[in-house]
Amino acid sequence: MNAAASPDDTLIRIRGLTTVLNGKKVFDALDMDIPRGRVTAIMGPSGTGKTTLLKHITGQMHGDAGQILVDGRNVPDLSREALYALREKIGYLFQNSALLTDFDVFENVAFPLRQHTKLPEVLIRNLVLTKLQAVGLRGAAQLMPSELSGGMARRVALARAIVFDPMLILYDEPFVGLDPIALNQVLKLIRTLNETLGITSVLVAHELEAIKQVADHIFLIANGKVVAQGDPRTIADDGSPWTRQFFGGDADGPVPFQYPAGDYAEALGFPRSGA
Amino acid sequence: MNARIERDNVVTQALGQIGNCGVFLLQILAAIPRSLRYGRETVRQLWFVGAMSLTIIMTCGLFVGMVLELQLYHVLSMFGSTSMSGTVVAIATYRELGPVVTALLFAGRAGTAITAEIGLMRATDQISAMELMAVDPLAYVAAPRFLAGLVAMPLLCCVFCALAVFGGHLVGVSWLGIDNGTFWSNMTATVDVWQDIVSGVIWKSLAFGAVVALIAVYQGYTAPPTSEGVAYATTRTVVASSIAILALDFVLTAFLM
Repeated sequence: MNAAASPDDTLIRIRGLTTVLNGKKVFDALDMDIPRGRVTAIMGPSGTGKTTLLKHITGQMHGDAGQILVDGRNVPDLSREALYALREKIGYLFQNSALLTDFDVFENVAFPLRQHTKLPEVLIRNLVLTKLQAVGLRGAAQLMPSELSGGMARRVALARAIVFDPMLILYDEPFVGLDPIALNQVLKLIRTLNETLGITSVLVAHELEAIKQVADHIFLIANGKVVAQGDPRTIADDGSPWTRQFFGGDADGPVPFQYPAGDYAEALGFPRSGA
Repeated sequence: MNARIERDNVVTQALGQIGNCGVFLLQILAAIPRSLRYGRETVRQLWFVGAMSLTIIMTCGLFVGMVLELQLYHVLSMFGSTSMSGTVVAIATYRELGPVVTALLFAGRAGTAITAEIGLMRATDQISAMELMAVDPLAYVAAPRFLAGLVAMPLLCCVFCALAVFGGHLVGVSWLGIDNGTFWSNMTATVDVWQDIVSGVIWKSLAFGAVVALIAVYQGYTAPPTSEGVAYATTRTVVASSIAILALDFVLTAFLM
């Protein structure tokens, strides 16, 4: 399993990314190298900007400073046409699936093909059914999104994300709401796509056990920076207070469990000791 | 002092909204050439905002014509001019009631539906998903709905006017006994195609269609992605459209008369 990639093997290179949202510094000169053809997991406490980082990579958001090079192109500098051309090579799995509610499962998966190609209907049908078979939902092709469970919708969204055989897939919380069977199948699928097609995968997730099975490398981000990185099986043992607290699930540590607030006793109306 | 600051804020916000809406209109106009490849989506929207609005437009047109004829008959009978009631129904409908009432109904029926649909698409990340699939939502979502509104409004207005005249005929000729030949001959002799139909029905309804469709799409597109945000946006569509229709009607009437 890889630890650090050489510059030529890096698909996404982030340098000095600084983003301030509503007065809060979400990223503080963040540096990150995501290797090509590997499965990389980005982990961190809630609210540290993991999904925001994916939005920066896809050009949905731009930082206040820094570079985000995807396949050698700096995303904030791209024109609309160039950004759309890049996005055609990127698959994105949303937390809430984001299926188009007017279309059935088949048409949702076929949507990118219909928009960007002039393939004959027979070929579109075969491609869509192949992807649906891969996620185990070929039989659900005629169902509407409202008829799907959360886990099924996630798998349809995954089929849609891979229908173009992209060079990069970004998974935003892909394991939430999946039953153990579906979870295992999705893990296998991520691994298979990575190994057989050489697709680079970036996962934002919290499930360490699932991450251990699928990821080659983990970045742990907190306070706007990468605070730890390494092999999924050994990162928890690196001894830093960040990894100890995050992987140990401790309330006490560098990441405060309590949102900043005033004095607790005062809020409850108790007299202050010594007053 | 506070009341003045609050009033200034409201005015500033309203002007900001109008400015943003203007910028959004330019973005939609720029997206129209790109949206031509989504012709099927435009036709689908035309069906949704046009054909699906026919029932309410036809029903209201019929009753507006019937009520107008009834009122006019009683007023004109005092002057012995009941034979002109059909003509007044036609002119009033073509010049004012047709475009204005159709636009108000259109805002309530189709405008709110457009806002709610786009607002929910944004709340459920469907708009973001399109952007990430390299499909321009301005060209795929906004422009087809805007074009559909622009095309549907004049057609709906024609239907409204036809049903209003039919309603007037029903009450005036069939019920109140006005002579059929007098009813139609007075109308055809008085109604001017350019002044009443082209200026009234076509130009006004085109302008109202553009305004209502723009407001509906803009409110949906900028709605906060929450259930409350979508609800407020839908309400704002009706309120802003109604005010815009009536204000624009005054301006257009002043210029077209």
